[in-house]
Amino acid sequence: MQLTLEFGGGLELLFGSKKKHQVDVSPSNGHIELTVEALLVWIRDNLLKERPEMFMKDKSVRPGVLVLINDSDWELCGRLEGVLEDKDTVTFISTLHGG
Amino acid sequence: MGRQMCELCKDRRAALIRPRNRQQLCQQCFFVAFENEIHKTIVDNRLFKPGERVAIAASGGKDSTVLAHVLTELNRRHNYGLDLFLLSIDEGITGYRDDSLETVKRNEIQYGIPLEVLSYKALYGWSMDEIVREIGRKNNCTFCGVFRRQALDRGAAKVKADKMATGHNADDIAETVLLNIIRGDIARLSRCTAIITGEEGALPRCKPFNLGNLDCLFTYAYYKKLDYFSTECTYSPNAYRGYAREFIKDLESIRPRAILDIIKSGESFRFALTTKMPEQGTCEKCGYISSQKWCKACVLLDGLNRGLPRLGIGRTRGKSSSATGIQTDNSCSDKQTSIRNDKRILKPSLDF
Repeated sequence: MQLTLEFGGGLELLFGSKKKHQVDVSPSNGHIELTVEALLVWIRDNLLKERPEMFMKDKSVRPGVLVLINDSDWELCGRLEGVLEDKDTVTFISTLHGG
Repeated sequence: MGRQMCELCKDRRAALIRPRNRQQLCQQCFFVAFENEIHKTIVDNRLFKPGERVAIAASGGKDSTVLAHVLTELNRRHNYGLDLFLLSIDEGITGYRDDSLETVKRNEIQYGIPLEVLSYKALYGWSMDEIVREIGRKNNCTFCGVFRRQALDRGAAKVKADKMATGHNADDIAETVLLNIIRGDIARLSRCTAIITGEEGALPRCKPFNLGNLDCLFTYAYYKKLDYFSTECTYSPNAYRGYAREFIKDLESIRPRAILDIIKSGESFRFALTTKMPEQGTCEKCGYISSQKWCKACVLLDGLNRGLPRLGIGRTRGKSSSATGIQTDNSCSDKQTSIRNDKRILKPSLDF
């Protein structure tokens, strides 16, 4: 499925300083749906250029990284269990950089 | 994905959950709620008086950009009658400050308030790039932080400000509480949670976002599409504060109240009557507020100019054995301590 991924607040530095990425991601083998948890793994393995520990911690994003799905807090969408749909936009913003 | 409606307007879909009360709000109601909270903070704490000339400390980062946006908006909406302007410091960090200053220059136009810029080079004779060449990357943030604090005050005085507003938020203050505990800095610990500081001095400072959650500021800036700068300072990966920030974010992810509770702890500290507190005086060299003979900026600057840049960043050991065993003086090297007059006195009635 087609997704738009956005990185901000300094996180874009881990992705070749590119803020917006159009990607095509399929659910992994044996799954019908693509969850946010699976998307994070896909991003780490396919998109991330450096320092994975700045992006992820255990199975989730590192504390201090905000996640929005179609401009809504991912807490409203089930966090890691949230299911993504075609043409969704997922935004990651780091709050750990200075203000 | 089926989503809840906004709890306030019940008309639009909720876009976020507010960390402080788990309220689910749409973007529009979040803007109103956030701005009303800042307005309430300003009114309840009497942060400003009509006619005051207020410097907004502007780095081009998210906090100060949101502050400039919200203060100009509230000033207009509630007729505060404030003369607002942006005050920026150019530390002279290539690839960081030169870019963020461009952001501040755009903010000047976007918010229609004037901008004043002062450089370290002009104020101290040294840019941060030059200082890093001398000192390396271990203690450079000490220089930058000490110089910036004075630079803002000097800059604000130069352009005749009555008061300064900074974008410090709850996360910043919680970090500062922890750092002051770690450093044993009793004097700063006792005042770092205050919403207004320096009222006795020439230029009071206030923090209208003191209870504002960092995530809310980010979400606000993102939804409002505010123009801010977010690249990490080129020199900061070694900064001590970064560890504290990560630590409190880890705590918050387990217990969302942790940050406000750290601030509450900071506010509630009471120090033993026998604790020695540094006396507030003025620097003999530059006249800036200082608890020592020379203020820290002058000590650091003296070291730089004499080719001994590490002079001001050592740690005092074994001095000032107060009854609590906590050192209140960590701002001078042994050398400096031995030549200055010990001005600290016992203030038995101090109770913060």
